[in-house]
Amino acid sequence: MLHFGPYFSANIPEALSMLMFVIGFANLMLQPNLIKKIIGFNIMDSSIYLFLALKGYINGRVAPIVVDGVTSMDKYINPIPSGLVLTGIVVSVSVTALMLSLTIRLYKRYHSLDLDEISLQLKKEGL
Amino acid sequence: MDFVKNFPLFMIVLCLLSSSTSTLLKKEWARIVNTALIVIVGVMSYMVMVYCQANGSFTYMMGHFPAPWGNEVRGGVLEGFMGAFFCVIMLLSMLGGHKKLFDEVEETKHNLYYVLVDLLLCSLIALVYTNDLFTAYVFIEINTISACGLIMIRQNGRTIEAAVRYMVMSLLGSGLILMGICMIYDITGHLLMSNIKEYIEGMNGYSVPLLVSIALMSVGLAIKSALFPFHAWLPDAYGYSTVSSAAILSSLVSKGYIFLLIKIIYRVIGFDVYKGTHIIDVLFIFGLMGMIFGSVSAIRENDVRRMIAYSSVAQIGYIYMGIGMGTELGMSASVFHILSHGATKSLLFIAAIGLTEVSGGSRHFEELTGAGYRNKWSGIAFTVGSLSMVGIPLFSGFISKLLFAQAAVGLSGRMLPALIVLGISTILNAIYFLKTVIRIYTPVEETEFFELHSKQIKRYATVLAAFMLLNVFLGVMSEPITSLITAGLEMFS
Repeated sequence: MLHFGPYFSANIPEALSMLMFVIGFANLMLQPNLIKKIIGFNIMDSSIYLFLALKGYINGRVAPIVVDGVTSMDKYINPIPSGLVLTGIVVSVSVTALMLSLTIRLYKRYHSLDLDEISLQLKKEGL
Repeated sequence: MDFVKNFPLFMIVLCLLSSSTSTLLKKEWARIVNTALIVIVGVMSYMVMVYCQANGSFTYMMGHFPAPWGNEVRGGVLEGFMGAFFCVIMLLSMLGGHKKLFDEVEETKHNLYYVLVDLLLCSLIALVYTNDLFTAYVFIEINTISACGLIMIRQNGRTIEAAVRYMVMSLLGSGLILMGICMIYDITGHLLMSNIKEYIEGMNGYSVPLLVSIALMSVGLAIKSALFPFHAWLPDAYGYSTVSSAAILSSLVSKGYIFLLIKIIYRVIGFDVYKGTHIIDVLFIFGLMGMIFGSVSAIRENDVRRMIAYSSVAQIGYIYMGIGMGTELGMSASVFHILSHGATKSLLFIAAIGLTEVSGGSRHFEELTGAGYRNKWSGIAFTVGSLSMVGIPLFSGFISKLLFAQAAVGLSGRMLPALIVLGISTILNAIYFLKTVIRIYTPVEETEFFELHSKQIKRYATVLAAFMLLNVFLGVMSEPITSLITAGLEMFS
């Protein structure tokens, strides 16, 4: 029986996000298909945002938007991790768009989404 | 003179502003704006350096939010010096590759090229000056995107494929860096470099997460700067893009990441904590392997531009070997090699383009025979670059090899491997660079060759002469530069 230590049950979501990170990372690195690579990249980045959001959340508190005039600090969570997640999402959306446009260009030229096959065709072209 | 403190922010804003206005300008105007921008940013960086030499380093609060909350920019001697140096190399690379750019890139896209270069300069300057880890991450991504654009602006199948490979590797790297930054933020609760360092110094516990975070950031930056096992994207990206892009990518983009790594080592984690981890051994070993395997691949290459690209892998290996030594001397040798490699590699790329141009556009060695006679300036410049890379005295490459050797002497356990690999790598360098030099000076019977216009030759020759002077300057006047680097590194901690 595996022994996970006392803090494991408290950190299951974090462990899950790490697992997702690894899945995404492996997909981005190893898949020859470009679309699958991009999906892998998105899984990887989402897992990081999940991790950040989890670490920024405190049980029983709410997002720092003042309603009903409650301004006490221990009613709200720290907004910075959420801000970082938003910034990160913007970055990953733009990178995804760039990757997709590159994929379209390659597909129009070589009628394939397989990066290895495209490399083979390039070698045949002898450019 | 306190006004200088605003300069780092001014530089970043100026770059962003001119890149967005350049999209609307005609290509000639975009070029003028770009040249002016590089000159202005270079001068500002130089002034920051001079200011910091007199008054010490400073931090600049954005929007007057004090330390734990706001975002900060930091100026120091090394930051100013690096910024100015990057500008010099970028200016020369842009001028030297200017004609080729107009031949190879579609007419309508010329002003976009300058937009990308402005953005790249912006991200480099931000990476050099930032004092905030998350800002560093954002600018790493901007750097990646604009570098990808620089690769693929010359549209053919090769460059697009190279750009995709570059993007995939870079995204792997930046994913790791972001994870590392998130972890270190979770441990310490800070994003500003100085606050994190303060926290880490007084921290007990959390040693494993800290180690993981350091490892993630180091490996991420190593992937992005093409350390040996992660260099597969490099030869295509440097070999087929337009020449200014190749020069800028090889001598600036990868160096920006390495500079950020050095900054993280000193200002975030602390040199002593970093030395205590075994990541430094990993960097050392991969650096050594890169020095050998990069050179071996370069010897087997039959294409002059791809050969120079593979040589970059070996030189990046040198830099990581210096970081991996774990001493102040090794680190300053690495910083010096960043300078010397930046000055030499862009010179080689720009000289190589002159040689191929007079050889019917072919880049294979057989066609290059005698090219040194057909284009005299390129021949001389390529010879100077090669001698510098091999490490002949008077040129910058010699000083960096000397510094590496000095740093290695007396290190228990690392002296022997470092010195042996340094020797082997020098011999391998000599094999492929001198082979090319002999090839371009092998006389051939007079055949028809291309006449360049005298005005173009003048501009090209001026750029090459400036590069050669810079190289010799780094080689002869190394004393003040090394003392400046040492002072800058001291100012980091």
